[in-house]
Amino acid sequence: MKRTDGRTPDQMRPIKAEVGVIPNADGSAMFSAGKTIAYAAVYGPREMYPRFMQNPKQGVLRCTYNMMPFSGHGDRVRPGGSRRSKEISAVTENALRPVLDLSDYPNAAVDVFIELTQTDGGTRCAGITAAAMALADAGLKMKDLVSAMSMGMLEGEMVVDINGTEDCVLGATDVPIALIPNMDKISLLQLDGEISRETLKKLLDTGKKKCLEIYKAQQNALKEKYKVD
Amino acid sequence: MAEKEHILKSLKAGVRYDGRKLLDYREVSVEPNVTNAEGSARVKIGDTEVLVGVKLAVEEPYPDTPEEGKLMVNTELRPIASPDFESGPPGEQAIDIARVVDRGLRESKALAPEKLCIKAGEKVWSVMIDVVPLNDAGNILDAASIGALAALKNTRFPVVKEDGNIDWEAELTDKKLELGKEPIEVTVLKIGEFYIVDPILKEEELADTSITIAVSKEGLVYAMQKRGDSPLSVDEIDKMVEIAVKKSGELRKIIG
Repeated sequence: MKRTDGRTPDQMRPIKAEVGVIPNADGSAMFSAGKTIAYAAVYGPREMYPRFMQNPKQGVLRCTYNMMPFSGHGDRVRPGGSRRSKEISAVTENALRPVLDLSDYPNAAVDVFIELTQTDGGTRCAGITAAAMALADAGLKMKDLVSAMSMGMLEGEMVVDINGTEDCVLGATDVPIALIPNMDKISLLQLDGEISRETLKKLLDTGKKKCLEIYKAQQNALKEKYKVD
Repeated sequence: MAEKEHILKSLKAGVRYDGRKLLDYREVSVEPNVTNAEGSARVKIGDTEVLVGVKLAVEEPYPDTPEEGKLMVNTELRPIASPDFESGPPGEQAIDIARVVDRGLRESKALAPEKLCIKAGEKVWSVMIDVVPLNDAGNILDAASIGALAALKNTRFPVVKEDGNIDWEAELTDKKLELGKEPIEVTVLKIGEFYIVDPILKEEELADTSITIAVSKEGLVYAMQKRGDSPLSVDEIDKMVEIAVKKSGELRKIIG
């Protein structure tokens, strides 16, 4: 099967990872897959407001996902949160939380802001991938990075790293996943479409392998910033 | 006010906090076409980084201007760019930036609004410019103005279907937005008796007053906005306009 952008079914889009892109932030990163570009910045650990949300036992991770108004394919995205962006913020938090140890920061918040400057599918995955690098760049205690990508089923065939056209126009089954590589566990899993149990298992196994390629890019980007000459 | 005394002393010696001279900009760079929006640009001034995107839509004209297109400028000061920015509706600073950039473009007729008419009284182009900083290290406004102009210069029209709606699946056409005047805004700040441009955050905070001045290629002024509660004499204002006209010419060369 030939895909709309000329890729083979198991071919990912070109990826790019960069760490330390936002000077004001305590940690930051950019990750792009094809035309999808995500920036993530970490601010904190810092005092948490409103105070009643503080946790005296450990720090709290808060993630905010947002698409810039001009980032969409099609009409301008109206600023201000949507149900979709709230949901993605929440699943992003859940995807990243398992690798973070915030026990040293009671009552503090670690805020992660994810902004999409350009979108072509797989935005939550690009956001999570960028955010994991930004958290590491912020020097937080982490068990591992998190690497995410959207798998799909198109015309009965498994495809990796689906793009916006495949997801929204061609109606691919969309399965965004995030992998915590050294635990070999999946921390983001969503699905829209139709799939059998057997195929899902195969798809997850393939997805894990592909996430490891993203993992390598994340590690290289971090090493690039922190290399010692 | 020890900090203010300190900055005044150093300005008297002709030096800024970051070693620049009073009327020097930090390094300015403009990168066009940075998103798949109809027009876009990334502007960096030192560590300040601003993205500007232009989106087009087909809308009904306003009843009082049935043959004119619409222009809207919006600024989103998202918390990704600064620990001082919070989520939520635009605050005073975001509104100031958006309105002042808007007025520069509108008053100079940068967009020639009558050229944005599709069918009088029924359909016109709406041009929506969004300014989103990625990092605030001072002087977002000048960066926004440069970015808006650069983004408009590479804005291309999308394909319009027979039913009058935009065909987002088609590639953008080669037809570009037609620009008239090309205003660039320069913000001149006054601290004590000294004038500076391109402030870092500390200088923005300590300034007594500032004026943003929109200047065309021809050196005409199309919009001004004075800030701060410190009044100015006519001679002082004249001096600030002189600085803005000169600096806008230098910035214009960078946009190309």
